[in-house]
Amino acid sequence: MRITLFITCYNDTLFPETGKAVVRLLERLGHSVDFPLQQTCCGQMHYNTGYQQEALPLLRHFVEVFRDAEVICAPSSSCVAMMRDHYLKMAEASGDKALERDTALLLPRVHELTELLVDRLGLEDVGAYYPHRVTYHASCHSLRSLCLGDKPLRLLRQVRGLELVELSNIDRCCGFGGTFAVKNPDVSAAMLSEKLKDVEDTAAEVCTAVDNSCLMHILGGLHRQRAGVSARHIAEILASTLEEPAL
Amino acid sequence: MAAEAKQQILARIREANERAVRGKETPVPRDYVHSGGLDAASREELFIERLREYDASVTVCASAGLASTIGVLLQDRGWKHVIMAAGFPAAALPFGFEFRQEAEVENSDLDACDAVITGCEVAIAVTGSIVLRHGVGLGQGTRRFTLLPDRHLCVVRAEQLVETVPEAFALLEPFTNDPLTTISGPSATADIEMTRIRGVHGPRFLEVVLVR
Amino acid sequence: MTVRVGDAAQAPPFQRAALPLLEDSQLRKNVRHATGVIQRKRALVAGELSDWQQLRAAASAIKQQTLRHLDEYLLRFEAACVAAGGQVHWARDADEANAIVLALIRSQNASEVVKIKTMTSDETGLNRALEAGGVHPYETDLAELIVQMGEDRPSHIVVPALHKNRSQVREIFREKMGLPGLGDRPEDLTAAARSYLREKFLRVPVAVCGANFLLADTGGVCIVESEGNGRMCLTLPKTLIAIAGIEKVIPSFRDLEVFLQLLPRSATGERMNPYNSIWTGVREGDGPHQFHVVLLDNGRSGILADAEARQTLHCIRCGACLNACPVYRQTGGHAYGSTYAGPIGAILTPQLQQMRHSQSLPYASSLCGACYEVCPVKINIPEVLIHLRGRVVEQSGLSAEAIGMKAMAAVFSSARRLEAAQRLAQRGQWPWVTDGWIRSLPGMFAGWTAVRDLRAIPRQSFRQWWRERQHGR
Ligand code: SF4
Repeated sequence: MRITLFITCYNDTLFPETGKAVVRLLERLGHSVDFPLQQTCCGQMHYNTGYQQEALPLLRHFVEVFRDAEVICAPSSSCVAMMRDHYLKMAEASGDKALERDTALLLPRVHELTELLVDRLGLEDVGAYYPHRVTYHASCHSLRSLCLGDKPLRLLRQVRGLELVELSNIDRCCGFGGTFAVKNPDVSAAMLSEKLKDVEDTAAEVCTAVDNSCLMHILGGLHRQRAGVSARHIAEILASTLEEPAL
Repeated sequence: MAAEAKQQILARIREANERAVRGKETPVPRDYVHSGGLDAASREELFIERLREYDASVTVCASAGLASTIGVLLQDRGWKHVIMAAGFPAAALPFGFEFRQEAEVENSDLDACDAVITGCEVAIAVTGSIVLRHGVGLGQGTRRFTLLPDRHLCVVRAEQLVETVPEAFALLEPFTNDPLTTISGPSATADIEMTRIRGVHGPRFLEVVLVR
Repeated sequence: MTVRVGDAAQAPPFQRAALPLLEDSQLRKNVRHATGVIQRKRALVAGELSDWQQLRAAASAIKQQTLRHLDEYLLRFEAACVAAGGQVHWARDADEANAIVLALIRSQNASEVVKIKTMTSDETGLNRALEAGGVHPYETDLAELIVQMGEDRPSHIVVPALHKNRSQVREIFREKMGLPGLGDRPEDLTAAARSYLREKFLRVPVAVCGANFLLADTGGVCIVESEGNGRMCLTLPKTLIAIAGIEKVIPSFRDLEVFLQLLPRSATGERMNPYNSIWTGVREGDGPHQFHVVLLDNGRSGILADAEARQTLHCIRCGACLNACPVYRQTGGHAYGSTYAGPIGAILTPQLQQMRHSQSLPYASSLCGACYEVCPVKINIPEVLIHLRGRVVEQSGLSAEAIGMKAMAAVFSSARRLEAAQRLAQRGQWPWVTDGWIRSLPGMFAGWTAVRDLRAIPRQSFRQWWRERQHGR
């Protein structure tokens, strides 16, 4: 299958290793990966902060770039949630009928990575090897917008060598919330401190999730505390093999 | 000024609705559970379980044994000053006790009595609720009658017991002119540290006699 | 007309109001405990009903339908209530409502009233208006009594004193009730309130209450409570005055079969709360001789005019969104500076005030969606929050933030500009980077680095890697 990657702007800039892992994983599973270089950002930050007008051109741009893609994969539940929850409404409100139609046609082809693996490709065992103690944080968008349920966990359970430990209060927000962490840094820090405690209680070496945004937040806290726990996107774990282990 | 306020509010509402109503009006989906599926025995069992969870006491008896059951209860609890709701069937009351009538008592009597006795209109198994209909002479008392005393003895007949909330409201619909009170266990609060405390202002003890 | 929501217009912004609360370890423990307990109970009893989602859908649809014809339903309610011997008054704003209530109390020559917990009267600042008019209000809900005696503010719409623990309550009661020997067991405290208030119930001639539901078809009113203080106030005083927002009306008595399943389970995690009172007008020989309903607008019709946000008016004030909210869990209710705290407060408070005040509230959320998930009437609170942020942005004009955001949008609208920006950041970040990490940042990002490190931007972006890889092939 030809899969078109939407890397998302912050993965592109801040977490290129996640994108590389997605490419490696999908190619290993026998698919070809395509990356349109014209792509930029889904508009989530603008939209959620109240700059809805500024987000509209980004929607147009996305539709333009991915118009011909058959299957689109994004390793970020919050960006996919942005599209699913708001794109149609935005297109409708723009009054541009063509945009509305194109958006409606495009949306069903956009998949978050674990959704793509489990639902579209019917996989749970992707042949990964990752000999570490890992805990999984269910990001809010993956849980409540995309309703991923235990799909990411099903994938992780099949990873050889991986010891999965359950995170308490798995459904509680880590306190990131995009610009929330900047506008309300103190409350966000209080939320983070509860999350860090739960993570540390698992005695895991690695905390994983389907969103690098939450992981950036959690890792930022863990690193400041010198907790000795790292954070890694699920794509990197699933891409890791005995021959080519993730570092 | 009063009429002006009303007209202004209504005008604002109409204006707002003209501006902001979107889409077609669709009927309310009412595919929630209306009637339950339990047989009579399990329904009663569920009701009893729920009441006990609320800290209410429950005694079950046959119709013929109601008076003697009430007698034994009063005896056991040592309740002497008992008041019966206007219209409560005298035949359901035991001999050898003195019952005062609702009509003759004041608030202070209700405050000081040992218990009051009433029937009810409907009871709901799923929620362990009793519904009182405060009509004249229905044997369910006025509203204050079951409020001021510390103990409330309520007779529920098995045929008054339904399983679900919608079943109860269907039965109550003809009586919306009468005040209705649903009672689910004794008065309670959890305002302090979420600790449930029984009996703040209403009766502290709810004694239910279920007549099969 | 001046819309007022308690003292919200004067309240400091959320992020500032939160600071002292975050420091208060006792308060935070109390809030965590209380919300945790209710949340667990709610999940249990909501999970028990196989038709929970159908009930939510029905409730949401009933509320939508009501709002569509709100004028008609209010008129129907008025007619039915009057026919049953009640009187209906209309109030455009808080002051008008308070004036009506005060005039009614004065017409009874009363100098005291007993009150059932009503958030609406807190919204209008009724107690203060009554005191100023020479009338003393006694709050009779245990939590409200604690708040009133402690000269405090409610911090939760269902459990207003959840921020206080038993020994704090004991101190208040000891002092205000003159009971130096009072113990701190919840039983003792409850018993003290019982005997303090019983005398008031039997003596005070006027009661003020809110309304959970106004029934348009019968003119009935429904009040949901636990302690029995409500029933006392509804039946013992000679005059009863209910103050209710115009959105409290529902089409019919039968609709209660939906709401009385959702509300108790969502609010306190009980299958049914101890008492529900449903009555219509006045009834000879049972209850008050005079019954008044004050229908309050106070900004609600303005909310109705916003297509995206009018769902705010579906709210049945169950408090489930507060208990589920990870932000509320940290700060408690006072940070919101309003009668209405938590997620519902964050959308309701600024809207009632026509977005003129409380503009920090729509940002007091990480948009995690836990509120929407539990809301029994399916208010999509995150969606409304985002919409209101848009309105705040519109009003703020060209702020520094707006300029930055517009610049970012320009960068994101072209891949070439994005890549240029990436290169700039990769090269320009060095003054802040040590050993691959950024430990401190200036300006608006200082809050981030106060407790978190930030991984430095890698030297090669994904797209740079991809291009290299394509060339290498
Ligand atoms: S918004 Fe929903 S969850 Fe929150 S108080 Fe209102 S009804 Fe309850």
